[in-house]
Amino acid sequence: MKVILVTGRTVKQGFWKEYGKFSKAYMESVSVCYMDARDMERLGIKDGTNVQVSTKHGSTILKALKSTRGKHSGIIFVPYGPWINGVVDPETDSVGMPSFKGTQAEVEPAPEKPVLSLEELLKKQFRKLNR
Amino acid sequence: MRTVKHVTCPVCGCLCDDLELTIKDEKVVKVKNGCALCKAKFLGYSKHRVLKPLVRKNGRFFEVSYEEAVSRAAEILTEANYPLLYGWSMTSCEAVSAGIELAEEIGGVIDTTSTLCHGPSTLGIQDVGISSATLGQVRHRADLIVYWGSNPLIAHPRHMERYTIFRKGRFQKEKRKLIVVDVRKTETAETADIFLQIKPNMDYEVLQALRALIRDQELDVDEVAGIPTERLEEIADTMVECRFGALFFGSGLTMTRGKNRNIDAVLSLVSDLNKLTKFIAMPMRGHFNVTGADMILTWQTGYPYAVDFSLGYPRYNPGETSAVDILLREESDAALVVASDPVASLPRKAAEHLAENPLIVVDPHMSATARMADVVLPSTFVGIESGGTAYRMDHVPLPLKKIVEPPEGILSDEEILRIILSEVKRKKAEQMENP
Amino acid sequence: MKMELIIRNGFVFDPINGVKGEKMDIAVRDGKIVERVNERKALEIDASGMLVMPGGVDIHCHIAGSEVNAGRLLRPEDHFKYSERKTATTRSGSGHSVPSTFTTGYRYSRMGYTTIMNPAMPPLMAKHTHKELNDTPMVDKGSFPLLGDWWFVLEHLSNGRIEECARYVAWLMTSTKGYAVKIVNPGGVEAWGFGHNVHSLDEQVPNFNITPREIIRGLCKVNKLLNLPHTIHVHTNNLGKPGNYTTTLETMKCVEDLAADDKPVIHITHCQFSAFKGSDWKTLRSGAEEIARYVNNHSHVTLDMGQVVFTDTTTMTADAPFQYTLHELTGSKWTNQDVETETSVGIVPFRYRRKSYVHAMQWSIGLELALLIKDPWKIFLTTDHPNAGPFTAYPRIISWLMSRRAREATMKKINRRAQSKSLLPSITRELDFYEIAVMTRAGQAKALGLKDKGHLGVGADADIAVYKINPEELDPSRDYKIVRKAFRRAAYTVKGGEIVARNGEILKHVKGATLWLKVKTSQQTKVNEDLKRRFRDYWTVEYENYPVSENSLDISHPINVEAKI
Repeated sequence: MKVILVTGRTVKQGFWKEYGKFSKAYMESVSVCYMDARDMERLGIKDGTNVQVSTKHGSTILKALKSTRGKHSGIIFVPYGPWINGVVDPETDSVGMPSFKGTQAEVEPAPEKPVLSLEELLKKQFRKLNR
Repeated sequence: MRTVKHVTCPVCGCLCDDLELTIKDEKVVKVKNGCALCKAKFLGYSKHRVLKPLVRKNGRFFEVSYEEAVSRAAEILTEANYPLLYGWSMTSCEAVSAGIELAEEIGGVIDTTSTLCHGPSTLGIQDVGISSATLGQVRHRADLIVYWGSNPLIAHPRHMERYTIFRKGRFQKEKRKLIVVDVRKTETAETADIFLQIKPNMDYEVLQALRALIRDQELDVDEVAGIPTERLEEIADTMVECRFGALFFGSGLTMTRGKNRNIDAVLSLVSDLNKLTKFIAMPMRGHFNVTGADMILTWQTGYPYAVDFSLGYPRYNPGETSAVDILLREESDAALVVASDPVASLPRKAAEHLAENPLIVVDPHMSATARMADVVLPSTFVGIESGGTAYRMDHVPLPLKKIVEPPEGILSDEEILRIILSEVKRKKAEQMENP
Repeated sequence: MKMELIIRNGFVFDPINGVKGEKMDIAVRDGKIVERVNERKALEIDASGMLVMPGGVDIHCHIAGSEVNAGRLLRPEDHFKYSERKTATTRSGSGHSVPSTFTTGYRYSRMGYTTIMNPAMPPLMAKHTHKELNDTPMVDKGSFPLLGDWWFVLEHLSNGRIEECARYVAWLMTSTKGYAVKIVNPGGVEAWGFGHNVHSLDEQVPNFNITPREIIRGLCKVNKLLNLPHTIHVHTNNLGKPGNYTTTLETMKCVEDLAADDKPVIHITHCQFSAFKGSDWKTLRSGAEEIARYVNNHSHVTLDMGQVVFTDTTTMTADAPFQYTLHELTGSKWTNQDVETETSVGIVPFRYRRKSYVHAMQWSIGLELALLIKDPWKIFLTTDHPNAGPFTAYPRIISWLMSRRAREATMKKINRRAQSKSLLPSITRELDFYEIAVMTRAGQAKALGLKDKGHLGVGADADIAVYKINPEELDPSRDYKIVRKAFRRAAYTVKGGEIVARNGEILKHVKGATLWLKVKTSQQTKVNEDLKRRFRDYWTVEYENYPVSENSLDISHPINVEAKI
């Protein structure tokens, strides 16, 4: 399903980052994807099902959660963090700022794929840790 | 057990300075007046600490002395042609000042996390200026508050309580009107008198429509970004009819399509409104001292962020001299990260090049960036274990306190940067003598 | 121990000590002027054929603080062409009209200036101002807190509580590490809080039962009660508006009765901007004659010029309503920053053009004031940096003051109509080096009450400037270009007894002290307690976090002041 990806701050992300980025609580607070209930229905997934979010820049596995923030069909919301950074558009339009909000993305169910831990994610994404 | 009063909170740009902390055995055990984020920091900061300098050898970290780690760091920086010094928003002004001197000494680029949050706001201000005020002016006078692309209940939890909606002022005893503009119904939006849910990436159109409407021009369309024109007319009327309006904008404007152009538009709207009433605007700065880093860079070099010293004098051209662009072009050949976690916050492609650089990290935590580093220099928590100065989002400077002793032997960011600087100078002098 | 230094054989101009160009030696030890030094050991400067003066003193230049920095931030285009490279001794920097801090210090030092006063400090932002001043090397410096619209001042004065007001001012002066009472468009800045202004000395300030006249008189009395070294420092109401010279005359008159013993009680700053006759921009004329006549007949006033130079610059003042008018007038970008319970600031880029009638008239008015006021101890050379132009233009202004030819050369190039309306062609006066020394150092130091600055008597601070000008050989009227060049690059600048600059090259980066007033009054504790109790009703920061601590000043130089109360 085609959606617009918006990343941003959440209270849990803000809270748990103070406890350390390698904590399980931090991971659980940012490796999620808030979706409109109708969009979830359309995808045939339940609250807590893993989804794959992809753009032309990359893809990631996140846990889909039902948004409590009104109706926003066609928009998914993902907290700032390393899980989504491989997916957002790095283009700065010559002003220094990447495009963290408003990127065209594709969401599909991925119930069998696991959400990686930060360590696994970094190992997968960064060559330096594999030398 | 002891209590410390009037403590400044080192979390967000609100920089609340009315905290009361209870200390037991050099640990903060109770926080009065703080929000959830503040409590999380004061009660949880000491977890996941790094307590010994680390140097990576053959892919693995080894514990070393500060002396050895600093020497390695200075070596990396002296050998580099185009080092990037990044971060700076979660530390004291005094540390930033040392960082600027270091960047100048090694001919590097210094950039702050502004580049990832309100860099476009700065560019907007440089285009059109900004009508602004301190938060107390808003508290005393504003009868209309607008949050645009900003969710203070989550990101700046006491902003509304201390400065806007839930606070009375000298000339404003009645409830103020609240307008929220966002792409989804945020926590803040739920408390609003008027909520405008606009389509993503269309802030610019809405802002320009409002500019037209306050000039009594008529729109030839029925809706803009999903909002009926009549509704926009109501909003424009509300803005014109207030006595003192304050518009706060967040990364909802800077990170979406339009970026700095959105800021041009929002600042122009507010500037225009001053023909008709009093109106101010303010970016909702995130990290507690990102404003301070902007300020010092500006007074020492003339430019607020993305300052390039590679030619021996400060040069500024965001898009060219800004961190993400340098990393995407794979130009830097070493990096120093202070008080920030870019591996967790940069787009991955940029983070990848950063990790490929010989990387020095100064941080109290084992962050994602520290995990990638070649040298890790553990530091104190600024505003908890060491003092200094920080700037509130409205440019009001406030003192950061040292509340508890740091773990034994741990130095502050400022101290670490000063010894790196003198080690760099020593190494350079040595090279001059024995080329 | 610092080295001893002797400056030999210069033509010394030291107006405070009555020295008018005599050839003499100046001896220095441990940062002070002394009677004599051990001539064999002392470092020697051969100043034969050169001018020796006390280091320059600037009574009014916006070089540091939140408003200056907002100006720097607003104007990257001001900096691009004016970069300064890092050297072995100096830090890098940039900027033309709003230079970065290190650069500011170096540029002053190159011109032989050693003491400068930053005239607009929002008290809530005092920590910021002092941080920048710490980073402004080569000069001693002070800063004036903005007090004319502070709610406590308005409340106490409207209730006639002068003594209580004085104690509040004492608290604020000491807390912010300030040097003098600054008043900007009194009442107008408070009115700007809701987008309004006041337009005469007797208009009621909205929401406060007080008028500008009462604020000026009240603070003038406060200033005397506190025994502050400088007078109140006033930016008039109606600044920058045609016809405002009458407001200026009234402002000076309104404190006439508060003067005693021929001592000044008021300083009208950047007077050029407040000396406009006419009813609109088209009919603008100079009010310099009327103002000069008044000043020539009264001894309770000092002024500074606010001289316009034709260049691109950045205007910035706490007179935010005026800055908004300027924004509307020019369409240039505009920054405004109101400061809770205290003040405001506005910033607009500006270019003074020779061919503009108004700008050319402004250029003329500044010089007319300086030349028509007979006593150089009453009017000082400033550009209200950067409002009428950057401070680096001082040498040019010196040449205009000293040379009719220099004035004529510029006059030929300005707007035709302004040429015909200017009073300058009728003025033949050409200042001499003695008068220049008064207007650029001695007079300014005296007005500021700086006892150890602005002169070369025994015990004075060894802040000295040597210029490559031989007054016996050179005719400044004819050779004004040589004069200009010499004042641009001092042959030597001595700061605190050390040679810090030579022929425009910075030899040593030195810090320079922050001068501030430690004001002592009786019953101060009660006032402080009262302030503490009410603090949260006024500001959004804590009482305890408001003051600037003395240890945050890199080099603190407190001046003890015993108040009369």
